[in-house]
Amino acid sequence: MFKRLLAESRTRDALVIVVASLFIWEACVELFAPSPLILPAPSAIFAEFWSSPWVFIRHSGYTLAVTAAGFAIAVALGVVLAVAIVYSRFLERTIYTLLVALNSIPKVALAPLFVIWLGTGTEPKVSVAVMLAIFPIVIDTVLGLRSVDPDMLSLARVSKASPWQVLFKIRFPCALPSLFAGMKVAISFALVGAIVGEFVAGGTGLGFQILVAQGQFDTPRVFVSLLLLSLMGTVLFYLVDFAERLCLPWHVSQRPHAGGAGG
Amino acid sequence: MDAQTTGQTYVRISRVGKVYPSPRGDVTALADIDLDVRSGEFLSVVGPSGCGKSTLLKTVAGLEAVSSGQISVRGAPVKGPPDRLGVVFQRDVLLDWRTILDNVLLSAEFQGLKRAHVEGRAKELLKRFGLGGFENRHPWELSGGMRQRASICRALLSDPELLLMDEPFGALDAMTRDDLNVELTRIWQDSAHGQRKTVLFITHSIVEAVYLSDRVVMMSRAPGRIVDVIDIDLPRPRPLSVRETPRFGELTAKIRHHFAELGILKE
Repeated sequence: MFKRLLAESRTRDALVIVVASLFIWEACVELFAPSPLILPAPSAIFAEFWSSPWVFIRHSGYTLAVTAAGFAIAVALGVVLAVAIVYSRFLERTIYTLLVALNSIPKVALAPLFVIWLGTGTEPKVSVAVMLAIFPIVIDTVLGLRSVDPDMLSLARVSKASPWQVLFKIRFPCALPSLFAGMKVAISFALVGAIVGEFVAGGTGLGFQILVAQGQFDTPRVFVSLLLLSLMGTVLFYLVDFAERLCLPWHVSQRPHAGGAGG
Repeated sequence: MDAQTTGQTYVRISRVGKVYPSPRGDVTALADIDLDVRSGEFLSVVGPSGCGKSTLLKTVAGLEAVSSGQISVRGAPVKGPPDRLGVVFQRDVLLDWRTILDNVLLSAEFQGLKRAHVEGRAKELLKRFGLGGFENRHPWELSGGMRQRASICRALLSDPELLLMDEPFGALDAMTRDDLNVELTRIWQDSAHGQRKTVLFITHSIVEAVYLSDRVVMMSRAPGRIVDVIDIDLPRPRPLSVRETPRFGELTAKIRHHFAELGILKE
């Protein structure tokens, strides 16, 4: 698997870019010697990580768990909501409108409220992650469920298909490409939500780490957390991408020689 | 004329009107349509775009309610899609994530038929339409003509008595269209007399309508109404070369002149 990833030119190119920018960064720090409080060298950042790797891994694990839980709940809840919205005019007018209104509030501003409601444990962090991630899931899934060819639905009616058959055999598979598009956005949003949750209240997680390190002017520590976050975000995104390839081998974007996203 | 095609009335359309309400006033899609489709008959409806011929098909399929008048199939008023009905649309609407075989089996699946009972028939149908060996391919690996063949197989799988076809070959290139015209008549003709399917075929091609049909219904637009019904007395089976015979030319010319008189076609 890993070998195959490396063999893909896209992965190789990405690695080259990352390594090259780290070298340029290191060289610039050597050359201009800014205060380590402002910009530490990559070597100093790696040294910081190696001084206590398990601490960072533990905090990363917590943030990862919150992100994954928030994402999973957002997908499950979002798909159910989307189906409800598509099948009911009443729910479309109520839930959908409410959701749009909710989304226009800067959700970061709501995070303190979740702390008041749910305390300082894991629940408020997962909740913020869900709140951020659910919107793209619902919007994209509604779009996907509605994009079924009307002739296909006529055919189902002529064949006396039940509403459940139409949902599971036609609408849902048809919505999968849109759902995955929403999931790709949502996975990053869930990570943002987890960090925001940790910023507002908490004693674990990379968000908390950043906050503490900032209080101590420990810039290398902030950078370690940031790099771990970006690594996590990237890996999570490509996991969703990988799942999409497995689930939608039939979709236009996945076909060989179709151009576009193919690598 | 093939005597066997003049069977009993299978579909009776009496004084049917269809009006779509719109903010800028009602739009009359169909006005006062009277038509009997006989059992085992191949009947085409030909007319310009917007003459309501697709609407007519949808009302017979029970997909749209009529505004006035009544449609009955086998003597029973149409309230929803009637039993033993197959429909083919202009777009093949095959599901991309299913193989060709699974697509053909889709309607049977909806009807709760056991796969083991219908799979053999599905494969046989695919073979008859020249799709043997493509059962496990996906729709996007096939040409437009092959896809439409598969969608016809899907409609024929449950052995319907009534086949409604809404410009099924309208999006295909001329040569593929000729191929499919020949195949469709061959398969329709192959069934024993009395078991032939009743076909209501919508098209905007006069040549196609004359080639395929026992009778051709001419419609005009705004509002959609029937202007003439023409018996096609060409002998069957009809090779494609029947289109070069004088009689074929007379029939198409007659229809074309009539449309020209109505100002629908220019001469």
